[in-house]
Amino acid sequence: MEDPSIKVSNISHSYGNVKALDDISFGVSRGELFGFIGPDGAGKTTLFHILATLLLPEKGTASVEGLDVVKDFKKIRKILGYMPGRFSLYMDLSVEENLWFYATIFGTTVEENYDQIREIYSQIEPFRKRRAGKLSGGMKQKLALCCALIHKPAILFLDEPTTGVDAVSRMEFWEMLRRLKESNITILVSTPYMDEASLCDRVALIQDGKIMKISTPAEVVSEYPNELWSVESKDIYRLLQDLQVYPGVKSVHAFGHAAHLACEKEALPANLLREYLACKGHEEIGISRIQPNIEDCFMELMINK
Amino acid sequence: MRTVLFIIQKEFIQVFRNRMMMPIIFVVPIIQLLILVHAATFEMKNIRFAVIDLDMSTTSRKMVGKFQGSPFFLLAHTSFSDKEAETEMKKGTVDMILHIPYGFEKKLVKENAAGVQVVINAINGASAGLINAYTMMIIMDFNREILVDWLSPVMLSSTKNIRISPSYWYNPKLNYKTYMVPGILVLLVTIIGLLLSGMNIVREKEIGTIEQINVTPIRKVQFIAGKLLPFWIIALFELAFGLTIGKLLFNIPIIGNLWLIFLSAGVYLFVILGFGLLVSTMTNTQQQSMLVSFFFMVIFILMSGLFTSIESMPVWAQNLDRVNPIAYFIRIMRMVMLKGSGFHDIRNSFFPLVAYAVIIISFAIRRYRKVS
Repeated sequence: MEDPSIKVSNISHSYGNVKALDDISFGVSRGELFGFIGPDGAGKTTLFHILATLLLPEKGTASVEGLDVVKDFKKIRKILGYMPGRFSLYMDLSVEENLWFYATIFGTTVEENYDQIREIYSQIEPFRKRRAGKLSGGMKQKLALCCALIHKPAILFLDEPTTGVDAVSRMEFWEMLRRLKESNITILVSTPYMDEASLCDRVALIQDGKIMKISTPAEVVSEYPNELWSVESKDIYRLLQDLQVYPGVKSVHAFGHAAHLACEKEALPANLLREYLACKGHEEIGISRIQPNIEDCFMELMINK
Repeated sequence: MRTVLFIIQKEFIQVFRNRMMMPIIFVVPIIQLLILVHAATFEMKNIRFAVIDLDMSTTSRKMVGKFQGSPFFLLAHTSFSDKEAETEMKKGTVDMILHIPYGFEKKLVKENAAGVQVVINAINGASAGLINAYTMMIIMDFNREILVDWLSPVMLSSTKNIRISPSYWYNPKLNYKTYMVPGILVLLVTIIGLLLSGMNIVREKEIGTIEQINVTPIRKVQFIAGKLLPFWIIALFELAFGLTIGKLLFNIPIIGNLWLIFLSAGVYLFVILGFGLLVSTMTNTQQQSMLVSFFFMVIFILMSGLFTSIESMPVWAQNLDRVNPIAYFIRIMRMVMLKGSGFHDIRNSFFPLVAYAVIIISFAIRRYRKVS
């Protein structure tokens, strides 16, 4: 990778006996939208804290825009936009006061960098006199993003920006990120929602402090090793139990109204399965072959780690 | 420097937007001064006492009358039985028993000397001491009177007699309000300074804003200065406000130089704010910070010489008081306000405060970390 924006080499960190990060290495190129996908407690926030110079790593080195996170932390803080997982703006300051404050402590003004945030800020501008604490969840996220962007950072770290935000606001938020990418900002984003992974340029699946896979969402899907079937029936709970014990089945997960069933390639003749389910007394049986989505792939990776 | 100003500006917006702040700044000093100055007094009036007069003579009655005439004493019980008087004492209805034995007058005339017994309720040692002092004063006074009555003028002039006439300097009427107000003002400034500053940074930790601040290029000295100065200004304003109330309501003398008072207060506040900051670097929630601050504040206040004089404390405690900033500042306030001391007179209290401020603030800044 030429000219990496973020480079992490063999980073480890632990809290007491708990290994939060275990020998992690990866690189992100400039202007990339890079996603960290993993369940709660996977080590995402610890990694963000290290990259944002809030935490000194126990082992390993990391650099942001060629600057070492330990030695050059002062320079990094000037070019970094960071949005912590918790909403951490001043609830008792108004929208425009928050923006003003973050602009000034970065030694700039809102007017100077208004271009950078115009698109996002225009959506919350009607509420600029409102206290930040009284905004809705989606608007809070927009304000936090504005505050993180007001000094024209070269790099943006977003730690679970969409946690606790409704589905519509989530999609809006990702749309904003895609547009931000056009101004060549490197964006590192973490999320526990797997459906958001397909919106990134590249994703890293992280679990128990280890990176299990890094590749583009398309690659992740194409490397899926199994055959995937969607099975439906009236009684989904009993269906899951019955499918679990069916010979040749590798894994079964509930997916909305259907069960996603993974098995070895060519191992499952659909008509036999239908008969089996009919014997078990299932009604309204539906079986169809489907293409895996990214969530199926991560489920598979997590089981077979 | 500009950054510091922006932080100060932000803090002031937040402080004045907080609905509890205005009452804290304006109502607390008035209430504290009004209540504490009147309530926290050692003056005792209306001490209820019992008399057992077994003598029933002119002299003994005169003596009882002398007590009754004093503003300090109130006759609450008379009997001829020790037991009854003791029961009253046990019930708590009287705090002193004056026991005049049978043949008191006779003995006094014949032998020129006679005794009375005084029993004092000493549950509260301080008030027992005062009751004793008041009683002694009245009896001595009475003593002199009967000398005048009984001895011929010739003999009286020949008796060698040392008369003590005390003059109370710096507080001629021994007015407790004059003594208390400077101390209460110190308390006020301390509470405002310590609690507000300590809670403020911890609050940012609690609501998570500190995480966002820590990734900005803001330097920790700038951040701390921006955090402390607003409360420094508010606390000095409190002092000015309190002094005005003291002057208007209690007519407290402010003999010394006002600038000297504010100079010392400025230095003292750096100590207190630094202390609050230090506490906030070591705690993670407002509750913890409050408890730690209170722990030190109660010890410092009780040992500060506000209620009990430092000179009467044991030597080890007096040595311990060398690290008590409140003690230094109370001393300075009383000296400057009541005595009109100049800078030269208070330097032994002033320079320790300066040293204290420098040490505690640099220690707190060192402890404050943006990175964990």
